[in-house]
Amino acid sequence: MDKFMFGRYIPGHSWVHKLDPRAKLVMSFMYIGVVFFANNFWTYLVMTALLLVSVLATAIPIGVFLRGLIPLFWLMIFTVLIQVFFGAGGHVYWQWGWLSVTHNGLTSAGLILMRFVLIILISTILTFSTQPLAIADGIESLLSPLRKLHFPVATLALMLSLALRFVPTLMDEAEKIMNAQRSRGVDFGAGGLRQRIKTIVPILIPLFVNAFNRAVDISTAMEARGYQDGEQRTKYRQLKWQRADTISFIVFVISLSAVIVIRYMS
Amino acid sequence: MATDITFNEVDYWYQAGSPYAVQALRDINLNIKPGSFTAVIGQTGSGKSTLIQHLNALLKPSSGTVTIGDRTIDATTKNKHLKPLRKKVGIVFQFPENQLFEETVLKDIAFGPQNFGVPTDEAMTLAKKMALLVGLDESLLKRSPFDLSGGQMRRVAIAGVLALEPEVLVLDEPTAGLDPRGRLEIMQLVTQLQSEQDLTIVLITHQMDDVANYADHVIVMAHGEMVKQGTPRAIFSDADWLESYQLGLPSATRFANQLIKAGFTFDPMPLTEDELADQLLPQLSKEGHDHG
Repeated sequence: MDKFMFGRYIPGHSWVHKLDPRAKLVMSFMYIGVVFFANNFWTYLVMTALLLVSVLATAIPIGVFLRGLIPLFWLMIFTVLIQVFFGAGGHVYWQWGWLSVTHNGLTSAGLILMRFVLIILISTILTFSTQPLAIADGIESLLSPLRKLHFPVATLALMLSLALRFVPTLMDEAEKIMNAQRSRGVDFGAGGLRQRIKTIVPILIPLFVNAFNRAVDISTAMEARGYQDGEQRTKYRQLKWQRADTISFIVFVISLSAVIVIRYMS
Repeated sequence: MATDITFNEVDYWYQAGSPYAVQALRDINLNIKPGSFTAVIGQTGSGKSTLIQHLNALLKPSSGTVTIGDRTIDATTKNKHLKPLRKKVGIVFQFPENQLFEETVLKDIAFGPQNFGVPTDEAMTLAKKMALLVGLDESLLKRSPFDLSGGQMRRVAIAGVLALEPEVLVLDEPTAGLDPRGRLEIMQLVTQLQSEQDLTIVLITHQMDDVANYADHVIVMAHGEMVKQGTPRAIFSDADWLESYQLGLPSATRFANQLIKAGFTFDPMPLTEDELADQLLPQLSKEGHDHG
């Protein structure tokens, strides 16, 4: 699991680390939404520039971000190949039966790859620079207007923070179980697909059993301390919107609006 | 055909080559002799668990070499063909009950040998033998491992490793979380395995009494380094030094130290209850005589 960087928090004190999680969430979602408007060189240039500035503002080495892309490498290759071979229209460069490489196919493959990378990197900025619990707090705060519609915002936030809290724990546990089964002669990653699927069972069953046991323990501990679902509770960590948030937010809104304007102008 | 294990200048880095690299082992040189009982002690985070994962090549040294029997492992060793080592050196990890997954106790114990190509019926016979050896009742064998008590589950897990018929058995805190009786039973099982099955034992423990009672060689780890090794008597001879690594003395030795302040003398310092009693008895009867 050493190499699994995607979705991990990297402690720091940069401009981005200090931003309000709500600001980061909204900016990331706006960015992801606008990625789909980008359709030509200039729009992608603005999007890439905005992303690069954000990456630099996290003070985390770019290499670490790129390593976050590695686990998704095959998914990206696969999508690109599908686009290259099945995208139709425009000049035909190469054809074999129903497979063909066309101008439009290549263009859309390029666009998809670009969008893929941009979306992954912007979400990576969010997760690298924000503690999971802060993200959960941010989501809760952003969803709080839904309370008026009797939507169980607090419950949802609790589920979310519990789930996020146990991601690293479960990953550690999975590694321990894998080591134990390896010591009993399991060969992970060897043999054909059937063989590989069979080696997952000795990991998944103990992992699930442990997760359920842990869940029971936590709920008992929470009840023992008088936890009541849906109560109005105050927060230890107060979210505070500061000037840096406003400034970053304005930069994002202007750049992203520019992308939309460029798209419809040209 | 005994397997001995030698570490030669072993370093290990977690996440080597990344900005988050952490050195977990530093220049480890040690030898584990066939048939010996080695205890590894040290604080949490001292590198004990990383060390034992080198014993069956779950981890490969970042530099230096580990020799297990006739195989030498270094940083460039390919992951293929390491499997035979897992059969030679069986590891019982901390809280091994977390590795159980099969429908029945018997099937779970037989899982290991089957991975090494032992035919099903033979593996089942072996599993039954090991279950009885670790003291599981025959009536439990057809039950689901998840229906058993914590202590019984641990025995199932230990039997599952023993079923590999290893030459070296490594146990990482096998008595953690058990009651005193369960602890004693597991430790008696371990010594019985050493003497009757000719197993080499490597035990990670925080129980200094277990070290004093059972081990013949002790390795002290601190901050990823092996800071001392020797017989239990040599290790426990310097209480202040142990204290500086937040390690204690066996309870018999601690008690003897208090008795010295009350005027008793010991030579050598007792490590176990029996040794303490043997030296104390003559002094007590003499004292009784003086006063009488």
